[in-house]
Amino acid sequence: MTSEYVIEMNHIRKEFPGIVANDDITLQLKKGEIHALLGENGAGKSTLMSVLFGLYQPEAGTIKKDGVEVKINNPNDATALGIGMVHQHFKLIEVFTVLDNIILGAETTKMGFLQKKEARRKVIELSEKYGLKVDVDAKVEDITVGMQQRVEILKMLYRDNDILIFDEPTAVLTPQEIDELMEIMRGFAKEGKSILFITHKLNEIMAVSDRVTVLRKGKYIGTVNTKDTNKQELSNMMVGRPVQLEINKDDADPADVVLNVEGLTVPSKIHKNDAVKDVSFNVRKGEIVCIAGIDGNGQTELIHGLTGLEKATAGKIEICGQDVSRASIRKRSQAGMSHIPEDRHKHGLVLGFTLEQNLVLQKYMEPQFQNHGFIKFDEVRKYADKLIEDYDVRSGQGPVTVARSMSGGNQQKAIIARELDRDEPLIVAVQPTRGLDVGAIEHIHKQLIEERDKGKAILLVSLELDEVLGLSDRILVLYEGEIVGELDPKKTNPQELGLYMSGALRKGKEAEQC
Amino acid sequence: MVFLIQQTLLFAVPLMIVALAGVCAERSGVINLALEGIMIFGAFIGVLFIRTMQEMNLFDKEQGQILMILALFVAAICGSIFSLLLAFSAINLKADQTIGGTALNMLAPAIVLFLIVMIAQQNTIGMVKGGAASWFMLRPSSFGLPKDYSWGFLIDILINKVYLSTYICIIVFVIVSVILYKTKFGLRLRSCGENPQAADSLGINVFKMRYAGVMLSGFLAGMGGFNYALTTAGCTSNGDVAGYGFLALAVMIFGNWTPINIAAGGLIFGLFKCIASTYATLDINGDGIYMLSEIGISPYVYRMLPYVITLVVLAFTSKSSRVPKAEGIPYDKGQR
Repeated sequence: MTSEYVIEMNHIRKEFPGIVANDDITLQLKKGEIHALLGENGAGKSTLMSVLFGLYQPEAGTIKKDGVEVKINNPNDATALGIGMVHQHFKLIEVFTVLDNIILGAETTKMGFLQKKEARRKVIELSEKYGLKVDVDAKVEDITVGMQQRVEILKMLYRDNDILIFDEPTAVLTPQEIDELMEIMRGFAKEGKSILFITHKLNEIMAVSDRVTVLRKGKYIGTVNTKDTNKQELSNMMVGRPVQLEINKDDADPADVVLNVEGLTVPSKIHKNDAVKDVSFNVRKGEIVCIAGIDGNGQTELIHGLTGLEKATAGKIEICGQDVSRASIRKRSQAGMSHIPEDRHKHGLVLGFTLEQNLVLQKYMEPQFQNHGFIKFDEVRKYADKLIEDYDVRSGQGPVTVARSMSGGNQQKAIIARELDRDEPLIVAVQPTRGLDVGAIEHIHKQLIEERDKGKAILLVSLELDEVLGLSDRILVLYEGEIVGELDPKKTNPQELGLYMSGALRKGKEAEQC
Repeated sequence: MVFLIQQTLLFAVPLMIVALAGVCAERSGVINLALEGIMIFGAFIGVLFIRTMQEMNLFDKEQGQILMILALFVAAICGSIFSLLLAFSAINLKADQTIGGTALNMLAPAIVLFLIVMIAQQNTIGMVKGGAASWFMLRPSSFGLPKDYSWGFLIDILINKVYLSTYICIIVFVIVSVILYKTKFGLRLRSCGENPQAADSLGINVFKMRYAGVMLSGFLAGMGGFNYALTTAGCTSNGDVAGYGFLALAVMIFGNWTPINIAAGGLIFGLFKCIASTYATLDINGDGIYMLSEIGISPYVYRMLPYVITLVVLAFTSKSSRVPKAEGIPYDKGQR
């Protein structure tokens, strides 16, 4: 019996304690098509794919391969059926070579000894055939993220998989690398391989996929042909209400300099070189300055140096004219800096504390909240209630909810409430929308623009190109710890920005190397 | 000179093999602080085995080497079984591995001392008859040659007045190193200590590999423990291996979790340990290091040396060392 579909997942249901991650979901994949799986964070995309890959067992529903029902108990079963997956967070062993990573789990051996020659030949053949350039003897920790992804793809090809799952593959790539990846995906489809492409980026779906299945909150919404739909319709299906895709804002009207940074140098924790090298810039009242760049080019260290989480070895930092280069974190914050940190679990919240305790963390030492070192709990409660109301922070038990039990979006809202309510002239926001769904992102963007229009100076660090281009008034591109370009978002485009981010272009110099 | 080299090897080999034991466990992702305890256990079992065999009159002096080899492997297997306690607590119960290891370190000497007192009504057990040297040491007479026969300088270093167990340990060291780096099993084992999630996604059973790593670790540590008891302690056991397990941990860190560096590290520590314990011994063959005691430095300085060196070396090397990334973290399938 032959079937039109290589893989059918029928009425899949998967529960985790407290939530239904997949509720009656059906997904049908045709041979040789690129099928996009669209949904917000938490919509159940990854869970569904983990079920297909054998990492989870569904409570109900069946999986069919070529029309025949199969049971996938573990990744080995999936591999045997020809299903391969590139995970969102790469599953690579950093200290192993590229070759070792590719053969791991599918080794050829003779009397238990590894036979790498054969494997190396096959890997090189595959990499040439599909244009997946890798250095087989390099250690994974030394190669770029783009190459790591190619290693992941080669892992699937090495196992002769013909159903390829890509879980959010573009999140870590530059625009150029994304184009390359799409070309490679089209090549696979042409060869008869079937591709499942998980994403929440509408541009990519429109560019590369044949059909789209949309999930929302664990439920199946529908499957449409890409050529019969458009971005707006897809995003409405994904969110469940009309969403404003473009960010609307007036032109900036920058005034006095609030933050001035000169020659800032911050050492790296990972390698011996400085992670931030002699960086100078300023941020003025009433503008959003965005630091753009590929992850790992010194953004984290720059912000740590700026906020005092890490010691800068050289340079001067002034907030509202006050030199805080050597000041403690609290002094800096009192000089006029709010900080929405990159890692909301590590630096943003005390996860074991309640919501109200977290909300008062920046203010508990003020006379309003303490008396000779004793906290005035009623005042704290009043203040927390007000913030929860104003910033629409939702949680199970209101102010006494433990922060750990809140959803990511509401944790972020709590941090933003705490930091914005301090009403400081400078706001440092690091990836404020990371991991949030479209609705929450929209809300946070609006808030940041409101703050800007109130005359705040905002320094934004973002890895999302749409956010960089849509939200900022000025873009500084960070590449290997240096600012390599200053761009006007109105006069640039993703391609140009991508060239700066990958180091191909530099301020004042035309492409010197690629 | 011969004496010095032999003594260094004598001290270095247990360190090397026990450090490699640490590597096997930690490369699979389980911190094995229990090396000391497993050594103590292995040493006791080995000595007890020899003693029992002697009591049963199953072996006589001429078959000493066979008895010794058997004891070595019995000690190793029992070490492996003892280490299951750590594996169970660390892998199945997901307990804190540092605490689990420490518990084993406290358990081993207690049990061993208890049993020794039960068996021998004293604090030490040894052989029933003869001594380690007379039964197990290689010398010209073991090969049917006259007592003062000399093979020449090089061969004398290698086989005169040494224990065969030292060489067995070296061979096992090489075999295990090859297994770790050249086989499918080794590749998979190491992947579990670096990124178990990745290994799992490739169909590797992380639990099994970690069990294998810990048991291999126990095997080597038990072997190292008996080797210590045989050569350094003269085939006695008293519930103590003089901190060798912890020294081996230091050697492992110093050696950056790789066999070659560990071999080198083991030799360096062995040399200092050797100087510490033999500098003032009688100059048996006229080639000791008696001159050290004539300098007039307090003997305590020499005895401290290996431990001081450990501290100093670790202070300088531990910063640049590469710990297996996932060691000490219990593997949880649901976590991504």
